[in-house]
Amino acid sequence: METHFQQELEKLKGNLLVMATWVEEAINNAVQSLVRRDPELAQKAFEAEDRINTMDIAINSECLNLLALRQPMAADLRFITSALKIITDLERMGDQAVNIAERAVSLNREPQPKPYVDIPRMAEIAQSMVKDVLDAFVNRDSKLARSVCERDDQVDRLNDQVVKELLPHMMSDPKTLTREVHLMIVARCLERIADHATNIAEDVIFMVDGLVIKHRADTKNRELGDSL
Amino acid sequence: MESTVLRIENFSAVFGQNQVLKGVNLSIPQNRITAVMGPSGCGKTTLIRCVNRMHELTPDATVSGRILLDGEDIYATDPIIVRRQIGMVFQRRNPFPMMSIYDNVIAGYNLNGIRLAKNEKDRVVEESLRKAALWEEVKGALHRRGSFLSGGQQQRLCIARALAMQPDVLLLDEPTSALDPKSSSRIEELIVELKGAVTIMLVTHNTGQAARVSDYTAFLYLGELIEFGPSGKMFTAPKEKMTEEYLTGKFG
Repeated sequence: METHFQQELEKLKGNLLVMATWVEEAINNAVQSLVRRDPELAQKAFEAEDRINTMDIAINSECLNLLALRQPMAADLRFITSALKIITDLERMGDQAVNIAERAVSLNREPQPKPYVDIPRMAEIAQSMVKDVLDAFVNRDSKLARSVCERDDQVDRLNDQVVKELLPHMMSDPKTLTREVHLMIVARCLERIADHATNIAEDVIFMVDGLVIKHRADTKNRELGDSL
Repeated sequence: MESTVLRIENFSAVFGQNQVLKGVNLSIPQNRITAVMGPSGCGKTTLIRCVNRMHELTPDATVSGRILLDGEDIYATDPIIVRRQIGMVFQRRNPFPMMSIYDNVIAGYNLNGIRLAKNEKDRVVEESLRKAALWEEVKGALHRRGSFLSGGQQQRLCIARALAMQPDVLLLDEPTSALDPKSSSRIEELIVELKGAVTIMLVTHNTGQAARVSDYTAFLYLGELIEFGPSGKMFTAPKEKMTEEYLTGKFG
């Protein structure tokens, strides 16, 4: 039979997944609002922001209560401290979704000269990272989490490519400058979403294995508990 | 690198038909607090009783392996001397009931026939009671019976009595489990202060206490040492799955 504490941990996990699902949907709506030029999808992304932020505050409070009142240890402690960090990354991802939707609204006011290529590709990878990291969290799958970290470089490279392609146009044609700035910002938002997914992956690895791989700590042979 | 004061080597203990400890290997760091934790029946109390040879008071107890204090085999030494060098404080406070506070503290010397001059005795009593954070409370009533003190004070008196013999190691067997939270807290503070003067092994079933007080923790299960390490690591990211399960309440 589950103890009260275990039930509380399950509840925390459930709330975290609800928040994560809202964020995933917001990112998807924002990206699709650009790709499909659909203002309603942008609106959906905007509407998600409030409830994502409210959930961030609620989960934060839930975690603090559990820490104070239950004095958790080992895996339970790591789960709760990881949850605190994960909600911060999720909340930022929600902000990035809103940024993308705002840019989409501006871009959609004008005709689209040619199809987007790199940006949807970036979105696809970033969104797959988000999906996989959430699966990794639910299933306590540190291997899947590591695969998310490995994809971050791809997104960074695509972002560089977008900038490289846009810059010459920005410098040569002032009429299209605003448009190109919006696109660069969308690419940057997607790059940030991928970074946040990577952070969450690192937190999942810590939660499951007790290993710190942030800042390449694993290659420096440092273990949790080593003194500074 | 910590220096080791007590080394337990491949140590086993059998009581009648029952193997209570199975090949335990443990190095206890000097001037640190090592908690020994585990579920009921894991052998933690047996372990510390073997460390100061108290198990010999049980008729059908046999042990194998070695325990070395500063490199000397304690089983090749007079047990009375071992018990002075390795003092013990028990779960149930046990000041000698008919003796005064003063005589309780100095009991180790009296009972062993060690004669001290009066001023030397006074010095030992005061020093020991100060170390046990009890002096200020009892200095005006040293010749009252120890049994008049509160539970927490009696336990601190027992600590003073053990400290009076200037042991190298102090063994504490669930020293606060019979005390109220405030007294427990005072004794936890005292234990942390004492490690500067003496090496401490603390048996506790209270993982919170082990976490609050200890520098190192040993986890025993069914007579075997499952894991030993710095407490910070043990309570956040233990290496062994069994330790993790114990700490997250899956058993024990």
